[in-house]
Amino acid sequence: MGTKYTPNDFKSDQEVKWCPGCGDYAILAAVQRALPEVAEQRGYEKERFTFVSGIGCSSRFPYYVNAYGFHGIHGRAAAIATGVKVANPNLSVWQITGDGDALAIGGNHFIHAIRRNIDINIILFDNQIYGLTKGQYSPTSKLGKITKTSPFGTVEHPFVPGELVLGARGTFFARSLDVDVKLTAECLVASAKHDGAAVTTVLQNCVIFNDKVHWDITDKENRDDRTIVLRHGEPMVFGKNHDKGLILDKEELKLKVVEIGKGGITIDKILVHNAENPDPGIHMMLVTMKLPDMPIALGVIRAAKDSTYDDNVRDQVLAVREKATIKSMDELLHSGSTWVVE
Amino acid sequence: MGKQTIETNDVVIRFSGDSGDGMQLTGTLFADTAALLGKGISTFPDYPAEIRAPQGTVAGVSGFQVHVGSGEVKTPGDFCDVLIAMNPAALKANARWTKPTASIIVDSDLFDEKNIQRAGFKTENPFTELKLDDRHIIYAPISELTKEALKDSGLDRKVIDRCKNMFALGICFYMFNEPLTFAEEYFDRKFKKKPELIVANKAVLKAGYNYAGNVHAIPNTYKIPTAQKEKGVYRNINGNQATAWGLIAASEKSGLPLFCGSYPITPATNILEELAARKDLGVKTLQAEDEIAGICTAIGASFAGNLAVTSTSGPGLSLKSEAIGLAVMTELPLVIVDVQRGGPSTGLPTKTEQADLMQALWGRNGECPLVVIAASTPSDCFNYAFQAAKIAMEHMTPVMLLTDGFIANGSQPWRIPAMKDFPEIHPPIVPEGTEGYLPYARDEKRLARRWVIPGTKGLEHRIGGLEKDFLKGSASTDPENHQRMVEIRAAKVARVQDFIPKQEIFGDESGDVLVVGWGGTYGHLYSAVNQLRKEGQNVSLAHFNYINPLPSNTGEIFKRFKKIIVCELNMGQFANYLRMIFSHFDYLQYNKVQGLPFSVSELMNKIKEISK
Repeated sequence: MGTKYTPNDFKSDQEVKWCPGCGDYAILAAVQRALPEVAEQRGYEKERFTFVSGIGCSSRFPYYVNAYGFHGIHGRAAAIATGVKVANPNLSVWQITGDGDALAIGGNHFIHAIRRNIDINIILFDNQIYGLTKGQYSPTSKLGKITKTSPFGTVEHPFVPGELVLGARGTFFARSLDVDVKLTAECLVASAKHDGAAVTTVLQNCVIFNDKVHWDITDKENRDDRTIVLRHGEPMVFGKNHDKGLILDKEELKLKVVEIGKGGITIDKILVHNAENPDPGIHMMLVTMKLPDMPIALGVIRAAKDSTYDDNVRDQVLAVREKATIKSMDELLHSGSTWVVE
Repeated sequence: MGKQTIETNDVVIRFSGDSGDGMQLTGTLFADTAALLGKGISTFPDYPAEIRAPQGTVAGVSGFQVHVGSGEVKTPGDFCDVLIAMNPAALKANARWTKPTASIIVDSDLFDEKNIQRAGFKTENPFTELKLDDRHIIYAPISELTKEALKDSGLDRKVIDRCKNMFALGICFYMFNEPLTFAEEYFDRKFKKKPELIVANKAVLKAGYNYAGNVHAIPNTYKIPTAQKEKGVYRNINGNQATAWGLIAASEKSGLPLFCGSYPITPATNILEELAARKDLGVKTLQAEDEIAGICTAIGASFAGNLAVTSTSGPGLSLKSEAIGLAVMTELPLVIVDVQRGGPSTGLPTKTEQADLMQALWGRNGECPLVVIAASTPSDCFNYAFQAAKIAMEHMTPVMLLTDGFIANGSQPWRIPAMKDFPEIHPPIVPEGTEGYLPYARDEKRLARRWVIPGTKGLEHRIGGLEKDFLKGSASTDPENHQRMVEIRAAKVARVQDFIPKQEIFGDESGDVLVVGWGGTYGHLYSAVNQLRKEGQNVSLAHFNYINPLPSNTGEIFKRFKKIIVCELNMGQFANYLRMIFSHFDYLQYNKVQGLPFSVSELMNKIKEISK
């Protein structure tokens, strides 16, 4: 096991410059809480942690973590992080990104990093707005959302990040709330444990340009009844009184909320969460659940095993080198057809 | 038989046919055979962007020109002595490249009404229409005789038809007294798993060879003697292969693994392909989702401690601009290879040009200097790729290496160098345990910052695209700091001048006319200046490989000549660059933008005309 670290070991000397009340503070706290646990579980020394980001409020994040950090350009963090991991597979690589950075300008890199299943941890801060440019709609803003660039409401449909991840053949997807530091940290530890591209979306509040956008589910009053925290191997139960659960309606082929103890429903009728199921069918249903009929799914929704890009690269290089007849530049230069002038 | 053999020092052959006819292979086999026997060669593949344009049309014609000489051959030749035209369209597209004394070998079976019409001829006689009546036309029934040679082979018609290029090659081997053995060995290797194709190709090659021996239309054969060359082991190499190999060589010398993030684009793709094949030497390649990801994965790999490279052509370079700025700001080593092609936009993907120079120098936001180097021959791509990587690592800067479609695809014999003769490379990597590391502190000689590889204990730090504090490298918006940083980044690139060789001159050190060129036009400019000097003209050549910074003696050289003529395959980008730096000289220009290389004869005429 690795060295014992505390959250303080991961605090940098830089002054944190997000707006007071910004959800990013809570995510930073969750990361600093998760890293000591990751280090211990995986036997990592601190210097193996590398944070890469794009552009946006969230992308300032690497400056605030005492680790190796690279603040990239808009949308390209997934590509930069991919290069870091392939070049130096020993590193624990974390990509920090937002809904604009990952899903608009960086959409292409996002889906391809996931498709390749490169072993990086992606934390996607989703506040459904562009904050750093001061309040324009993003690819996750709801249809009709009024912003500075949509004064009459947007006329475009938003992405559901989880749907995109599964569509890109993602092997790991988790979702949390900025206000729930404990759950976020739990998701991040699971993300680090997962070999492959792991996306954790954190629904995050922007106090200035999109305040209370996730209030429906972050409000303590309603949170338990409107969200379900999924844990692998446990029944899908939620609600203040733990009396609601999810079943699969086999007639309509969709998930349905039922009340435990009513209409002959017992706990053993409730679906048990299998995050490791290679088939993403149920995961897709969980990811796309929405209010008011269904709760919002939180926690690790999918964590399926598959080979990773960086491992495949390493294995291929090793396999070829083992059988190679050319082992140096001089040998390469003299390979193939050559002739001698005496 | 009883044909007469004439000795000649120099011959240019152009193979042309449909893009599916295998003309590139035919030409390559001819060139390789000649080279293996110690002759000088220079090749020029001239092919369309379409993989298989409609058969028999001029748009689909693919050409391959080989210049074979007894001495060193610097260019693929302006005009050809022998043209092989596999159909009327090939004749139409290539007639303009024949010398008045040329022989033209055609597949007479395909010079029928249908194919003549399809090639867009207005009359029934393409030769008269193209004013080729005084050329020596050899009508060879190539299609029929190929079929005849393979009638018992059991192969289907399509496969048989695809062998006819070897008939043409057989004819050429006979005409130039070249042996069949090299091509035959090639078939043995290439078709190891399809022995019927080995037999078929050898049979057709031999049939072509014998046909040429028997037919009266070919009265003479030619022999190109082998001239003495510098002792050593030689091989053929094209520019893209040499570029890839130069990068691997730098990786070996520096001890850092090579990473290439790239996206396929003509005519640069072969660099990625060549590197992808070299896992035996530990090379990692990533075929990215786009050009931007190509360079960004490379920047990530550089941050993580690899020798990082991205390869592209003009349109791809445009897409990479923002990320190049990031590499400049983070002061990480990075080699960007731009194999230039005709532009703007998609332009002429398979044709050559030198019009990306300004983009390479300035095509980014902000004050964003980097080192620009240009290779000038297929084989010296090796050295300049090596030097680009060495400078990138030792000076902690992105370096742009410019080649072009002409030298990238062209090949020449190359005396294989020994790695021990190449200089060492010492990247400024900070070892574990270093106290007081400041990410942007610099060494006095090069002004380069030092490189920490993530994973090194105790040296955690953060860098990025925001302006950097002069020492700490943390984000800074301080006005004076910004100016200081802009100046030091520029000074760092300028300082590279102390580490590059002085500019050399071919010809007299001073005189009437100095021809100035850069990059892939070297062969043609050298040949033209050499010829002019033999004619008694007072002309010298300064051909540049180091563009930014320029060699320190550049101004001194310009001072010693009465006239300077800058010749380049663009509208005058290098001339304008020189005007900016050395504004007190007059620069005369010769520019060509046709997607074609210069020809030696046009250069000679223009240089004479302009220097009058």
